[in-house]
Amino acid sequence: MLLWKPDSTFYPSPRLAMQAPAEGLAYVATIQKGKPDALRVVDLNPNSPTYGKIIHSVEMPYIGDELHHFGWNACSSALCPYAPHPYLERRYLLVPGLRSSRIYIIDTKPDPMEPHIVKIIEPKEVMTRAGYTRLHTVHCGPEGIYISALGSTSNGDGPGGVFLLDHYDFQILGRWEVDRGPQFLGYDFWWHLGYDVGITSEWGPPSLFENGLHLEDVVNRRFGHRIHFWDIRRRKHIQALDLGDDYQMVLELRPAHDPTKTYGFVGVVVDVRDLSSSVWLWYREKDQWAIKKVIQIPAESADPEALPPILKDLKAVPPLITDINLSLDDRFLYVSCWGTGELRQYDVSDPFNPKLTGSVQAGGLVRRAPHPKSGPLEGGPQMVEVSRDGRRIYFTNSLYSSWDDQFYPNLRGWMVKVDAKPEGGISLDPNFFVDFGEVRPHQVRLQGGDSSSDSFCFP
Amino acid sequence: MSELWPWIALALLGAYHGVNPGMGWLFAVALGLQEKSRQVVIKALFPIALGHAISIGGIVLLVGVAQIILPEPILRRVSAFLLFAFGLYRLFRSRHPRWVGMRVDFKDLVTWSFLMSSAHGAGLMLVPILLNWPASGHVHHPRVDAPLPGQVTGSPGLLLAAIGLHTLSLLLVTGAVALLVYEKLGLALLRQAWFNLDLLWVIALMMAGGMILVF
Repeated sequence: MLLWKPDSTFYPSPRLAMQAPAEGLAYVATIQKGKPDALRVVDLNPNSPTYGKIIHSVEMPYIGDELHHFGWNACSSALCPYAPHPYLERRYLLVPGLRSSRIYIIDTKPDPMEPHIVKIIEPKEVMTRAGYTRLHTVHCGPEGIYISALGSTSNGDGPGGVFLLDHYDFQILGRWEVDRGPQFLGYDFWWHLGYDVGITSEWGPPSLFENGLHLEDVVNRRFGHRIHFWDIRRRKHIQALDLGDDYQMVLELRPAHDPTKTYGFVGVVVDVRDLSSSVWLWYREKDQWAIKKVIQIPAESADPEALPPILKDLKAVPPLITDINLSLDDRFLYVSCWGTGELRQYDVSDPFNPKLTGSVQAGGLVRRAPHPKSGPLEGGPQMVEVSRDGRRIYFTNSLYSSWDDQFYPNLRGWMVKVDAKPEGGISLDPNFFVDFGEVRPHQVRLQGGDSSSDSFCFP
Repeated sequence: MSELWPWIALALLGAYHGVNPGMGWLFAVALGLQEKSRQVVIKALFPIALGHAISIGGIVLLVGVAQIILPEPILRRVSAFLLFAFGLYRLFRSRHPRWVGMRVDFKDLVTWSFLMSSAHGAGLMLVPILLNWPASGHVHHPRVDAPLPGQVTGSPGLLLAAIGLHTLSLLLVTGAVALLVYEKLGLALLRQAWFNLDLLWVIALMMAGGMILVF
């Protein structure tokens, strides 16, 4: 109510958002063993003396939250015509703890370089009011904030689901779904706002991943292998698509940003049969949703001596696609291969036939590819974020504390930047390397919005 | 002239409501863009106008009933208080009904428009006009003990004409803005020209409250 004009970071359409100015800051969720997690601020302004450096750190008052994904209180979806809230501000970051189920509300005003915690929603309140635990994705919707959760009990069982927060006072409004149908596992959540359709994906119940990965759980196909479609008006499950239980862990959902389009991409971590990773395309066919594998990346054979204990018997490096991201023009898809240490760029102008247009290497289980400003790197491309204009891509190397320890026992944190040519092709920026040391960085959010923070109601 | 002013005011308020993106033209534009069809923009305008008319009509009826059961001075004070209070409420709690959904049919759009108009207190803005309707002209009071002049609500025909004129004005303005944005100006305009009408709206509501007491 206080602004006379809409927040200047709100754009009616993804096309207009691509004209946004370059980002000046990155907010990065970080964890550290035995110390409080923190939201760290990285300077992205190339004209600043502290460019590419961590300039501030907002420490959490507790230990062991496992900060992971986070999001804004409000974004471009505030301009959606059926529930316009143009005078909300993109100002607060909602940062949940994946392990603790606590939510931190962090204010980026008055100084965006030195944000501070203004409110903490304790796990007990989340449990009482929403009935969920293990909080994951945060999306700013047209009429409230949506957060996905993986569990609903303190000991780590499901069902996972979605709950709503008020975007004025951050009160938890309760569980979102009215009828969850056959859905039980949770992970990511996003939507096709133009079609009133929501989508959720499946990782696994928290008891399966919290204390480390057991290969027999993968071999026995205990992780999620489906995605679910929802009627977001009626909050009802409408369809489940099963990829087949060979495909274990169906994670990041990236629907086309253009609200008139009816397709999206989802990454699958591993195919049990050959350790390959894949990206699938869901699309509308007549009145039903369908899904098809459009990208497959094979495992690379490796000397067992070079592999961490968990992979020694497999004699191969699985690519492990742990994150994907789609540019705002729905043209380029970025795929993180955390195992092989590669970030790939695909031209997905024809979503059914992605074309590999670029690749950079950093880290990797065997290769440990260095950055020009570093020695051999531990970890690999993991959380990837694309600037609104699609020209700069940032990625970090930590996945999840207990899994990091198994795959990269000596992991040290870093964040790098990739430059993208307008017509395709990517290269590592040789001058940008943020050394996080003992600190492990996870999701990156760019000041003013990025390619996975906003939703649009206009094409 | 004094017979004309309420009609002019009704039409102007209709135009004012029509300009507000939250009252419907933005939704019409979005639906048109989604389907890539100007026809869809135009078709959406009618249920939006109808929902608005029903919302306005409700308030007009309410004022009519109140005029029968409440003495004039009390009615004025109560109305002024309500308008002022509603304005203050909206100033500090700029909320509206939780509506989710882009896939809307005629009935949905009527409901949506009704909810939006009602929640924003669109009809309340007409109250000062209704309470100060001039006595002369079409309104006749055959009974000597009838309440004092100024009861547009006493004549069903006049009442319908009032709602009709307001709605027609809204429809024309909202339609013109919707088509202009859809065809010519484009969405970038929203970033610059979406002036905080809600804030002006609050001021208008409070002024309307004041006017009831002054006139």
